[in-house]
Amino acid sequence: MSTTEQQRPVLGWLVSDTMAVAKRHVLKITRIPESLFFALIQPVMFVLLFAFVFGGAINLGSDGGPQAYREFLIPGIFAQTVMFAVASITVGITDDANRGIMDRFRSLPMHPGAVLGGHTLASLIESSLVIVMLSITGLAVGWRIRGGLTDAVLAYLLLLLFAYALSWVGAWIGLHMPSPEVAGTAGLAWIFPLTFASSVFTPIATMPSWLQGFAQWNPVSCLALATRELFGNPIPFPGESFPEQHPVALSFGYGFLLLAIFAPLAVRAFKTRNSGGKA
Amino acid sequence: MSSAIEVSGLTKHFGSVKALNGINFEVEQGSVLGLLGPNGSGKTTTVRILATLLKPDSGKAVVSGFDVVEQHDEVRAVIGLTGQYAAVDEYLTGRENLELFGRLFHLSKKNAAKRADELLERFDLSDAADRGIKGYSGGMRRRLDLAASLIGQPSILFLDEPTTGLDPRSRLGMWEVINDLVKDGTTVLLTTQYLEEADQLASKIVVLDHGNVIAQGTSDELKTSVGGDRIELVVAKSQDLANAVNSLTAIASGEAVTDVVARRILVPVSGGSTSIVEAVRRLDESKIEIEDIALRRPTLDDVFLSLTGHIAEEVTEEVPAGRGGRRSAKSGGKK
Ligand SMILES: Nc1ncnc2c1ncn2[C@@H]1O[C@H](COP(=O)(O)OP(=O)(O)OP(=O)(O)O)[C@@H](O)[C@H]1O
Ligand SMILES: [Mg+2]
Repeated sequence: MSTTEQQRPVLGWLVSDTMAVAKRHVLKITRIPESLFFALIQPVMFVLLFAFVFGGAINLGSDGGPQAYREFLIPGIFAQTVMFAVASITVGITDDANRGIMDRFRSLPMHPGAVLGGHTLASLIESSLVIVMLSITGLAVGWRIRGGLTDAVLAYLLLLLFAYALSWVGAWIGLHMPSPEVAGTAGLAWIFPLTFASSVFTPIATMPSWLQGFAQWNPVSCLALATRELFGNPIPFPGESFPEQHPVALSFGYGFLLLAIFAPLAVRAFKTRNSGGKA
Repeated sequence: MSSAIEVSGLTKHFGSVKALNGINFEVEQGSVLGLLGPNGSGKTTTVRILATLLKPDSGKAVVSGFDVVEQHDEVRAVIGLTGQYAAVDEYLTGRENLELFGRLFHLSKKNAAKRADELLERFDLSDAADRGIKGYSGGMRRRLDLAASLIGQPSILFLDEPTTGLDPRSRLGMWEVINDLVKDGTTVLLTTQYLEEADQLASKIVVLDHGNVIAQGTSDELKTSVGGDRIELVVAKSQDLANAVNSLTAIASGEAVTDVVARRILVPVSGGSTSIVEAVRRLDESKIEIEDIALRRPTLDDVFLSLTGHIAEEVTEEVPAGRGGRRSAKSGGKK
């Protein structure tokens, strides 16, 4: 009887298995264009809502005005979008586990990191599309990249790093959820407070003092601030706290830290998953 | 002949639920073992342990000479698994699914495509190959699922309730496929709730109940263990049940079993057709009205009844209780 026919180093299998799984998810995106459409349309709605509805009511201090708020807002929405984009992977992973397809993957002699590796890679591709879409919308409402090219590239890399790290967090959560319905809620529940208690929509200085410490260290604030700095957009009420002084370095730190913690945790959960998902 | 699967002292519990209480059995190379048992008896748990998806609490399981815990990679290279719920991607086509699993089985791109073609042909899915699974009927899904588990030409195949939810024609088709695989030398372990299916396909049967093996042997052995011929009768009024049993004790060769709900009595007898004549005479004498009476050879149903004290549960179309939120693949099938 035949066994696996090709010989390859372990890392080689990780790469080729990951690509095979990623292809599955990319195909899936093309089969359900509606889901991509809504993923793309959501940040656009946020931009329009905040730029034109709430924008006037938010205090940016002396150098305010609608144009300045939009330049402040778009990097924030980048950060928020990157956060929200991870929710879908949480549902996807739980769904796979409940359908038994996860069991099939686990009964194949494939690399154990590839199922999640492929899924997170596809999620990264989706996030990239959303970021492109958002950049276009931003440009349309008056946002501009005012910094250097290197900084702008760095900003996009940072956003992608966060998106990728967070998709592993989403995968880890998804592996612990009993059903896609619960996963849908659980995938979003922790993102809301994190996003709104941050400098995404309003400067931290305008928040109540008890919240400011949390908001300063909140990774979403750091990401928003770092993105503003790298794109050369306005930073009203510049704070004195450590995270507000070093947002770029800290954001990269957060991104790599999340990845270093949650990628192994998720793979371990995938390998040892004991309950749920029936054969 | 050597064993393809050896299971000894296997236990597994989920929280306070004892799913397996130390089960033992062996499957000979090239044979079919039917794992039979009511809902929740531990069939799926057994299959998942053997397919390396679940770690047992204690005990040992060896598949094709490899320990399922210590050597799971070696086990995975020789097995195929078709789970209780279809394990294919709804949004991909049949061909894309098979190619995906082929690649993950580490076939080359070319061979994965070739193998997918062969399997689609063999399972009569060529016409639907490039359509999304979403539009497949329940039977087509099940066939694709089985095809997917054959991608790596496994020498040992696990089938968890392969025909549940299929119409009789599709079921016969599935039996044919399984028989062909066995002819080619594949060892098959299949679980089922259909006694007839185990009777048809399996050379050996293991009966599970509440995580224990309560009987094992060939279908004939199991039937003989229950006794020879039996008279099955249905009385018209349930108050006559006790009376009927009494009047038949003299001709019975063993203890009668009563099913109150169905108003049915099974009486083991040894006298062949003369005993049925005698039975009718005696019942008539006692003025017991009979709805139906027949002499029959024991079936696996009788085995089940006498072993577990209850009739094998009817298979429902619902997801078994206690698994809230689990989706049943069967429900997706459109006819
Ligand atoms: N992941 C799990 N978490 C908790 N309990 C479980 C889990 N899997 C199975 N069980 C329990 O273990 C017992 C055996 O379940 P198993 O699925 O093996 O039965 P089965 O014979 O396959 O039943 P069915 O005919 O319904 O498929 C049941 O009581 C079930 O509720
Ligand atoms: Mg089962």
